Amino acid sequence: MPATEPGPFLIETDDLRFSVGGRRIFDGLSLRVARGTVTAIMGPSGTGKTTLLRLITGQIRPESGSLKVDGREVAKLDRAELFELRRHMGMLFQNSALLTGDSVFDNVAFPLREHTRLPERLIRTIVLSKLQTVGLRGAARLMPSELSGGMARRVALARAMVLDPELLLYDEPFSGLDPISMGMIMRLIRRNNDILGVTSILVSHDVEEVSQIADYCFVMSGGKVIGEGTPAELQAMDSPLIRQFMSGSADGPVPFHYPAAPYRDDLLGGGR
Amino acid sequence: MAAARSLSSAPLRAIRKLGAVALFLLTILQSAPYALRRPRLISAQVQNAGVLSLVIIMTSGFFVGMVVGLQGYDAFSRLRQEDLLGAAAALSLIKELGPVVTALLFAGRAGTALTAEIGLMRATDQLSAMEVMAIDPIGRIVAPRFLGGLIAVPFLTAIFNCVGILGAYFVGVQMMGVDNGAFWSQMQEYVSSEDIREGIIKSMVFGVAASLVAVFEGYTADRTAEGVGLATTRTVVITSVLVLVLDYMITSFLL
Ligand SMILES: Nc1ncnc2c1ncn2[C@@H]1O[C@H](COP(=O)(O)OP(=O)(O)OP(=O)(O)O)[C@@H](O)[C@H]1O
Ligand SMILES: [Mg+2]
Repeated sequence: MPATEPGPFLIETDDLRFSVGGRRIFDGLSLRVARGTVTAIMGPSGTGKTTLLRLITGQIRPESGSLKVDGREVAKLDRAELFELRRHMGMLFQNSALLTGDSVFDNVAFPLREHTRLPERLIRTIVLSKLQTVGLRGAARLMPSELSGGMARRVALARAMVLDPELLLYDEPFSGLDPISMGMIMRLIRRNNDILGVTSILVSHDVEEVSQIADYCFVMSGGKVIGEGTPAELQAMDSPLIRQFMSGSADGPVPFHYPAAPYRDDLLGGGR
Repeated sequence: MAAARSLSSAPLRAIRKLGAVALFLLTILQSAPYALRRPRLISAQVQNAGVLSLVIIMTSGFFVGMVVGLQGYDAFSRLRQEDLLGAAAALSLIKELGPVVTALLFAGRAGTALTAEIGLMRATDQLSAMEVMAIDPIGRIVAPRFLGGLIAVPFLTAIFNCVGILGAYFVGVQMMGVDNGAFWSQMQEYVSSEDIREGIIKSMVFGVAASLVAVFEGYTADRTAEGVGLATTRTVVITSVLVLVLDYMITSFLL
């Protein structure tokens, strides 16, 4: 990424506001992701973690506030600049989002074929090595419909890494994985950082796994950051919000329920 | 907000949709250079749409041709003008039945498949994934399908016409005993290049309409299984009505 002002932070948001369908998702979100770290974004389901990744990749634009990637305001980029920025990003989608018409091999090869003029022999070498790192070299000829959810996730991870991006966004990389794949993916995320110097944003609500590999964590709720720090710092915090999230109980200041009328009113038919 | 709500009555909704479709066409045309630089993407889609529709086009063409043969024979034999059957069958197929029926069959077979394919790609985030990979999904996915469809339809129409004329020949000459030489010579005599041009213009316009509706409905489908299902239905309904309306407009303009 051609840095205009190579500060220590790759991503900075300031007072970010965003609503969808009249519901405010972000209400003054401010966070900063340092270069070369694994930064976790945690928060209950529906707080807008996926939405935040969509904002970072410029698929949607904030209502107000600032969101800078590598010092550049994403909302102000034109299409060509945005595409240029995205060529340095890789994203693992929550639902894998493999191209259903292409084989596993072609899915991983897709970004290479689109963005480089490498000879097919070299593409083959790169794709097979990426598939090898996620343990699926033997599945190269399968179609996405023949994969389990966890296998599809690993293929999508290989695809996200294939251009050796500088920023990797992982949306719920652990959900639905067996313990072996989980361990493998955790090591892979860490390795991408330690060896390749990638900056990673890890969206997850698996507190335990995140605590093992993240350098820094943000906990979001109600459209704001409610706590941040290293995993150890978060564990030690005595804010009830953070305690509740880190220990995973439904009762506490973080709402587990989508906003609703009182349950009793709804049951009695007076809720709407 | 009030202005938006007042636009919700049916005719205004239709106009708004027309505007959205026109904008979508512009977007596709903007992204078309990407697809044109990769002709293999387009030819794959021509083949895809063509192969999907070929059997149904040929079968229907033959039966439509046979019906035209029967009806034409019935009418002309009352006037003792059976020899004109070849010319009449060819004209009705080339100018009307070929382009219209082909477009309707194309919408039902290939158009719905396009809508469902694009709609599902959207619903499963495949198009967003492309966006994030810095690949324009309109150029990579939508434009080749649109161009493939609009190229395939005129060819399918030509095939429909040929098979249809064979069907009329089969009924008229082989079954009803119309003179073989007269059937073909009258056809040559009366079918002018203008008639053929009218048919080609229609098939090209219908090809644009059918392909555009199919990719638009797919791209704008709700991101759910139900949304994709509804979108495929809309593809058939909208294309059918549109083709018949356009048919009237082109005919009245060209005659
Ligand atoms: N297209 C949309 N239309 C309306 N509301 C939406 C849309 N997309 C997201 N939302 C709303 O935005 C909120 C945040 O969604 P998002 O997918 O970002 O949550 P999330 O934090 O990723 O949740 P999860 O952990 O379950 O993936 C949700 O409450 C959802 O209802
Ligand atoms: Mg999510």
